[in-house]
Amino acid sequence: MTQPELSIELTGLGMKNPVILAAGILGTTGASLKRIAGSGVGAVITKSIGTIPEKGHPNPSLVALECGLLNAMGLPNPSYKEFNDELATAKEGDVPVIVSIFGSHPDEFSEIIEGLEGADAFELNLSCPHSQQYGAAVGTDPVLVEKITKAAKTTASVPIWVKLTPNVTDIVTIGEAASRGGADAVVAINTIRSMAIDIHSGYPILGNLYGGLSGAAIRPVAVKCVYDLYRALDIPVIGVGGVSKWEDAVEMMMAGASAVQIGSAIYDNFTIFSEISEALFTFLKSRDLNLGDIIGIAHKKVKQ
Amino acid sequence: MKPVNAVIKEVIKETPTITTLIFDIKPDAIPGQFVMVWIRGVDEVPMALSHPNSITVQRVGDASETLSNMKPGDSIGLRGPFGNGFELTGQRIMIIAGGVGAAPLLPLAHQLRLRDAKISILLGAKTSKELLFEEQFSRSGELKAATDDGSKGYHGVITGLMDKYDLNSFDMFYVCGPEMMMRAVLDMLHVNGLENRSQFSLHRYFKCGIGVCGSCTIDPWGLRVCKDGPVFYGDILLNSELGKYHRDVTGKKIMF
Repeated sequence: MTQPELSIELTGLGMKNPVILAAGILGTTGASLKRIAGSGVGAVITKSIGTIPEKGHPNPSLVALECGLLNAMGLPNPSYKEFNDELATAKEGDVPVIVSIFGSHPDEFSEIIEGLEGADAFELNLSCPHSQQYGAAVGTDPVLVEKITKAAKTTASVPIWVKLTPNVTDIVTIGEAASRGGADAVVAINTIRSMAIDIHSGYPILGNLYGGLSGAAIRPVAVKCVYDLYRALDIPVIGVGGVSKWEDAVEMMMAGASAVQIGSAIYDNFTIFSEISEALFTFLKSRDLNLGDIIGIAHKKVKQ
Repeated sequence: MKPVNAVIKEVIKETPTITTLIFDIKPDAIPGQFVMVWIRGVDEVPMALSHPNSITVQRVGDASETLSNMKPGDSIGLRGPFGNGFELTGQRIMIIAGGVGAAPLLPLAHQLRLRDAKISILLGAKTSKELLFEEQFSRSGELKAATDDGSKGYHGVITGLMDKYDLNSFDMFYVCGPEMMMRAVLDMLHVNGLENRSQFSLHRYFKCGIGVCGSCTIDPWGLRVCKDGPVFYGDILLNSELGKYHRDVTGKKIMF
């Protein structure tokens, strides 16, 4: 029996395993990303970075519900100019550092890409569900998604991943637009637009009134989106949404994900990355399989 | 958890700038843990519990101003308690409190007293009227005050008062106050090789409060003040950003 190989090459980036820190989680500082890099993760993704400093939405900006985390952080970031120092520190962590970026116009994405030094790839945040002018506000329009992706690809010398929103009628339409724009991979899904109300007072709990839901509740939604995108696209699909156990990672890969990202689950468990990749290894070994054998296997089991 | 509703039962004006709000619930907390206090329609801010059923607020911004003006019968939302809290250890204890930083140290003093610890409390403030919980602390141990203007007790910074003690005779130092005061205390303990016998309660800008977002992480280890802290041992902090810089709401470094 051969040992399964966990290391992958994804859009040209070498990773020691396919478990990635999702954007917006513990990615504000270089030191924090470096700490996670040392916890057995395959790659890390930063907090979303824009052209100008943003304070984000007023607090409360995150609340843990029984079924997942509801957040409206509001893209707080110090701008790409201030982030270069943090990026340099994050790079000391010895895993690929993917910088999540956002903007409202193709030129803004190009400006950020040109202004950041050392990113191993960029993930375009076309999917934040609670911003007036960024994220899903642009990511629901296939024409704009294609233009932004094309601008980013033209500017960047490193891979471009496009993170998609599930808050659309058909995510495949948006995935195809990203692919036409030249995306090296798509990432699905960002959070699902949602809301919670305080029954003692009637106030919406989040400072922004509504936000995005992540965590276990959205995992079946993510699995379906990944499944549909895998079938329609020729580029890799990276699965994200509610993965908190190795079984969830396997399921996401069977739907078609080449790699998985983990975010909310770190809330309960800081060692989750190494736990999942070790358990993934054990699972593959016990069945004499490799990663390639399980990616998209669900598609082969059903009549198309 | 969604915020729990807490109704204000009593409002105590502690000093000209500091107010204690006593509410109708007692979160099951370790001294040094904090709650996220939601002032509906205004903001949500982290606050230490000053008693099992109270928070103590200094007026500094919109949220604390609104809290300071609350009346009995008003209500707030509470998430928590969160964070690690102080580790209760040792028999000969020095508590070093500056300004409103005395808040998380008061329930600590009460609990240490119940364990028969011998406690020296060094309480600092700008002026005598701003000394917080002076009488309540005195019930747990021997209290000495330090004021910047000399209006009560030692005239000068709190490290000047520390200098009058044989620091090596203490098992543990518990510290909370303005950042530069904490840095000075840490440096003084370090000179005596005592940083590993000290616990500091830090403050940073929080968003999520539960260790997910990363807004409050400190350099160089990337520790989360809201989840890995807010209490850290001095040896961890010695080569940290403490007293050098913090990050603002955007994540930009701001020098002290």
